[in-house]
Amino acid sequence: MGEVLVITSGKGGVGKTTATANIGTGLALMGKKIVMVDTDIGLRNLDVVMGLENRIVYDIVDVVQGNCRLKQALIKDKRFENMYLLPAAQTKDKTAVSEEQMKNLSDNLKTEFDYIVIDCPAGIEQGFKNAIAGAEKAVVVTTPEVSAVRDADRIVGLLESSGLREPKLIINRIRPQMVKKGDMMSMEDIIEILAVDLLGVVPDDESVVVSTNRGEPAVMDKASRAGQAFRNISQRITGEEIPLMNLEANSGWLEKIKRWVTKS
Amino acid sequence: MNLLEFLNRFFGRDNGASKDVAKERLRLVLVHDRVNISPQVVEALKEDLISVINKYMEIDQASLEVSLNSSDGTMALVANIPVLGIRRGA
Repeated sequence: MGEVLVITSGKGGVGKTTATANIGTGLALMGKKIVMVDTDIGLRNLDVVMGLENRIVYDIVDVVQGNCRLKQALIKDKRFENMYLLPAAQTKDKTAVSEEQMKNLSDNLKTEFDYIVIDCPAGIEQGFKNAIAGAEKAVVVTTPEVSAVRDADRIVGLLESSGLREPKLIINRIRPQMVKKGDMMSMEDIIEILAVDLLGVVPDDESVVVSTNRGEPAVMDKASRAGQAFRNISQRITGEEIPLMNLEANSGWLEKIKRWVTKS
Repeated sequence: MNLLEFLNRFFGRDNGASKDVAKERLRLVLVHDRVNISPQVVEALKEDLISVINKYMEIDQASLEVSLNSSDGTMALVANIPVLGIRRGA
C-alpha cells in the first residue's frame, strides 16, 4: 500500500507546486512508483512545471465524475519509468469534487503507487479541504517571511484538527547571506516559532527559475543546489536519515572570486 | 544602504536586526491567531474590566491596554491600566 502525502502552505507563491514537482520527481529518481495529483482546480500549474501541459486529455474532475477511467487520465512521464501526473481541471471550480470523492481517489491510487504526492491549492477553503481529505501525511511549505510563516502556523493548526498530526516543514528560498546579516529569519527562528519538525531547507536558487522555464524539475539538474535540497527531502520522506545540507557552501572565497569573474 | 548605515553596520552599531523585529511581530500575531478570539470579544472584556475596576479605582480609560501575550508556551492576559486615584469609602 502506498503513502498519500499532501503539500500545503496556506499562502500562495511560496513554492508548493515546485516542491510537489521536485519531491515527486525525486522519489521517482529513487526508483519509487509515484503519481502527482494537482488539486488546484481552475488554476492548474503542476502540468506546466513538469513540462507535461501538451499531453492532457482527461483530468481529475473527469475521473471523479466518471467521464473516464482513472488509467485514461493518468499522464505517464516519458523521462521516468514510474512517474505519472493526474492533472487538475482548468475550466471548472473547486466545488467540482468533494472530500468523499478525493478520499476514494486516494484509496484507489494507493493500491497502484508507492507514493501519491498531492499539490494543494492556496487558501483554507474547499480546495484545501479536498486536497487533505485523502492524505495520511502532510508537508507544510513556507518561506522566511512573516506572512508565509503566519499562514503556515494557521495551516498546521487546521491540519492537526483534521487528524493530520505532526506535519513536517519545508523552509523554501532561504538566503544564507541575509540570514548571516540578521536580515532574514533563520531556520532555527522559524522552527522555534512554529514548533514543528523540519523536513528540509531549500536555498533560494536561480536554477529553479531556469528549470521551471524548461519544464524540468530542479532535482534532475545535478548542479542545482535547490535540486540537491529536494533530493535530500525525497530521501528523508522514504525514511533515510540525511543531514541538512550546508547552505553556505557556495559563499566561500573561491566562489566569490568565481562569481566576481563571471560578472565582469 | 547609505554611507551612515554602512558604517553603523560595519562597526556593529546596528542593533536592530530586522529578523528580530519579524520574529517579535510574528510571536504576537500568532498568540491572537492561535486562540482564535475575535476583537469584539477582547473589546467586551475590556469594557467589563473597566466597569469592575472603576468601582474601586479611578482609572485612565483612554490609555488602558488589554492584550494577549505568550512566553515559553504559556499564555497570559496582560492588562495595563493606569490608575489616577483610589476611591475611598467605596
